[in-house]
Parts: sequence; C-alpha cells; structure tokens
Amino acid sequence: MDIPGNLLYTKDHEWARIEGKNAYVGITEYAQHSLGDITFIELPKAGQELKQSSYCATVESVKAASEVFVPLSGKVISVNSRLSKNPELINQSPYDQGYFFMMEFSNVAEKNNLMDAKAYETYLESISK
Amino acid sequence: MLKTPFYDIHLSLGAKISPFGGWLMPIQYQGILAEHLHTRQAVSVFDICHMGEFLLEAEPAGSGLDRILTQNIISMPGGSCRYGFMLNDKAGVLDDLVVYRINENKWMLVVNAATTSYDYKHLEKNLSGASRLEDISDKTGKLDVQGPLSLEVLKNIFGKQIESLNYYTFAKFSFEKEDCIISRTGYTGELGYEIYIANEYAKKLWNLLLKDERVKPAGLGCRDTLRLEMSYPLYGQDIDVNHSPLAAGLSKFVDFNKNFIGREAMLKEKAGGSSEHLICFKADSRRSPRHGFTIFDRDKPIGIVTSGSFSPSLSAGIGMGYVSGDYPAGSRLLIKDNSIEIPVKVVKKPFLIKENFSKPAALKRPA
Repeated sequence: MDIPGNLLYTKDHEWARIEGKNAYVGITEYAQHSLGDITFIELPKAGQELKQSSYCATVESVKAASEVFVPLSGKVISVNSRLSKNPELINQSPYDQGYFFMMEFSNVAEKNNLMDAKAYETYLESISK
Repeated sequence: MLKTPFYDIHLSLGAKISPFGGWLMPIQYQGILAEHLHTRQAVSVFDICHMGEFLLEAEPAGSGLDRILTQNIISMPGGSCRYGFMLNDKAGVLDDLVVYRINENKWMLVVNAATTSYDYKHLEKNLSGASRLEDISDKTGKLDVQGPLSLEVLKNIFGKQIESLNYYTFAKFSFEKEDCIISRTGYTGELGYEIYIANEYAKKLWNLLLKDERVKPAGLGCRDTLRLEMSYPLYGQDIDVNHSPLAAGLSKFVDFNKNFIGREAMLKEKAGGSSEHLICFKADSRRSPRHGFTIFDRDKPIGIVTSGSFSPSLSAGIGMGYVSGDYPAGSRLLIKDNSIEIPVKVVKKPFLIKENFSKPAALKRPA
C-alpha cells in the first residue's frame, strides 16, 4: 500500500500535502481501493470556507456513495476540475493527478490532529485486523 | 451464508466478496468497470452457481405446470427456453424464471437464488400428483460465458456444433465425457451462453476457460450494470410480490390465452389500469440514482428507485423505478435523497441498443 512520507493523514483516509500556507487535499490509496471504480465526484466551490473534519466532497463508485471530510480548516482556493470528466484519476493517481482541491489553511496547530505516514501505516494495520 | 464450489478460487483471484441472495459471491476481481467493458468487447465467465435449478418430469397438460407459470410450456418446442413468471393469485411476482424443455415430458426450471426454496414449495403445492419434481441446485454448477467472443471460445471446447444454437435454445454437450446443457441465453445483452454442469466438472471447465487469454472472470457487480443497461429486471428490486408483470411492463412474457395463477387479477388490472408503472430514466450527469431514492415530479413524490447505477457504456447515471402517474419518454423528473438531487429524463428501454445479439449466431461471426 502506497503511503507517501510527505503527507499528513486522517482516520477517514484523506490526505493533506502542506506547501507553505496552502494544502492539497485528496483521498488515500487505501480509500480509492476500498471504494473501487470511482464514477462521480462532487467537489466544494472555490472560495468556500471549511472547518476541519467537516464534509467537503462526495465520491461515488459503481456500488456506493461516500462522503469525504476536510483534513484542515481553511478556504478552498481551487479545485481539480479534471475530476468531473475523469474521476478515474482518483483511482489511478490518488496522491497526484487525483487530488481533490487546494486550500489555504487557517490554523497550523490543527496539523497535530493528523497522522504522519508512519502513524497512518500503523493505523491501517490496526483496522485490517 | 452459502458458498459456491468456486469460493476459494474467487479468493485466490483477489475477488471482493459480498453476500447476495444468501450466498457469498464475488462482486468484482479487477474492477467493475474493466469487467463490464471486457464483457461488452470480448468475453467473460461468471460463477452463477448460486441460482437454483429444478428438474420436472410430468405430463405437459395434466401436471399443472402450465397453470403455475405465465409462459406457455406446452407450445414450447423441445430444446427451447422460455422466460416468464410464477405469480400469486393477486398477480404479484413470486419469481421470474427460464424454463427449458428437455423433451416432451421433461423440463428444467432455472430460478433465483434467494427464492429457490420458496419456489420449490410453491411448485410442490400446485403440481399434480403424477409429476416428479427434483431440486438439483446443490449438484448443478452454472457458468455464464458472455460477450461477443463467447462463441469462438466455446467452439474450441465444445466443437462446431455450438454454432447451431439460436437465441433462447439449448442442447446437450459433452465435457470430459460428462453431459452438460448449454443454452444461448444470458443476462448481459451480449452474445452469450449459460452452461449447466455437475459441480466437479464446473471447476475443470472454469480453469480451461481461463486458460484462453481472451476470457476473464467477472463478478456480480458488472453483471448488475450489464443487465441494467439492457433494462433487464432484477427479482427483489424491479419485480416483486407487490407488483404484477403488467406494472413492470413485462406482460409480453405472459400468455393470456391459457389459464394460470394470477390471470384473473392481471385481467382486472389490465382493464382498470395499473396504479404504478416501472419506468427507466437517465441522469443528465454521471451521478447515480440508487435503490430506495425517491422520484419526484417537481415537488411531488411519485415513486421509488428500484435499481440505479452508473452506466459504463453511457457514462451517465441510469435507473428504474415504480411511479404512479403517466410519465412517457422525454418527461423530466428529479431523483432525491437527503441533499442529493439528480435531474433525469424518462427514456425507453433498453438504455443500450445492442444490434443483432439475438439473431442466429452465424450472422454474428466476423468475416
């Protein structure tokens, strides 16, 4: 299971990549694999203010719909518009081309509520038992 | 939960397993979309051992079978299959099934997994004493081989004779000296075959099929999207004991020129009009309507979605559901669930038009 070392993770299998005061957000390899083929995504709008752990997106696979929660509080700067026509990018490249949106986060201390790669790996092992 | 003889094979192929009709079945191997596409473009094999099979030996007219089923089983030629329903006296659908006429006095009935034991009791209760009914589900394996290349693949195993099978006919074939039945039928809308063979041989046949690199295993996930694109109903969702074949738009599988259980109720409904109709609808977007979502005509709830999914062939959400009121093709409706709103358009069935799949196999062969 691919778990890049430069990302922060939630228990709901979202990731955040911090770049300065901005963060890219998406779902993990584990999440895309559990969902199966993703066929539709509803993203937040640019400019939308989000609170850590609140609802930010819906992903649908052939079988089911799942909600996605934002890893950090802040304002959405831009969304990955390629996903509306090509949601399969989330399956193919969850950490790169399949990112959901980029946000300016508002509270750096919230990083403490997230897991690093090693902690997420341990977490995945614990839930797969 | 029951397991088919292929359970361990599915696990070794990395399948995602889920319960279906009381059985632990493979939902997908490599992915629903890839398996769907492979079935439409090449050929897939499905483990369908969960479905039930009965053998019936009986006098055609005296047995009562013709009265239990909506399809006319007396006029069927030997070697043909016929789709139809078992109804209760209110014309509610107890099950949908395919009947195979093996010879003058012998039939095979292929029924749904979840309804097998109830169907058996219903048949036993309504058949005459002179008939002999046997549930052969436990010893009978069923593999569906579906897709445009299915004939070419099966010809290599069963010989050229399989070319002569027309749509909704079957014949006996031999596999390692074991008799099996192959029909040109299916639930995908593609050229395809259903093979009935003793469990121990079914595994050997599965392995042999997968040695042909054109063949891939496919799960119930894509079986559902494939059948939905063809608007084929799924028992327990699109047809059930609360709706008649008339409401489901399936009365062409009912022979009113004979007597059958539920006939009076159906004639009454025909005269008075059904209170609900099964409609098909296509979303404007890739968003999927789902089983249980509510169907609205503007602000008015008019029905419930019975089946809904993403259609890989149309790249849009599609679904079926019962509505009260008249909503012809072209009508605009809204599917809602909590905050989800999916604008849809009523369409004619099937969603996907496949050319010539029901024509004789010989016409399908590439030049």
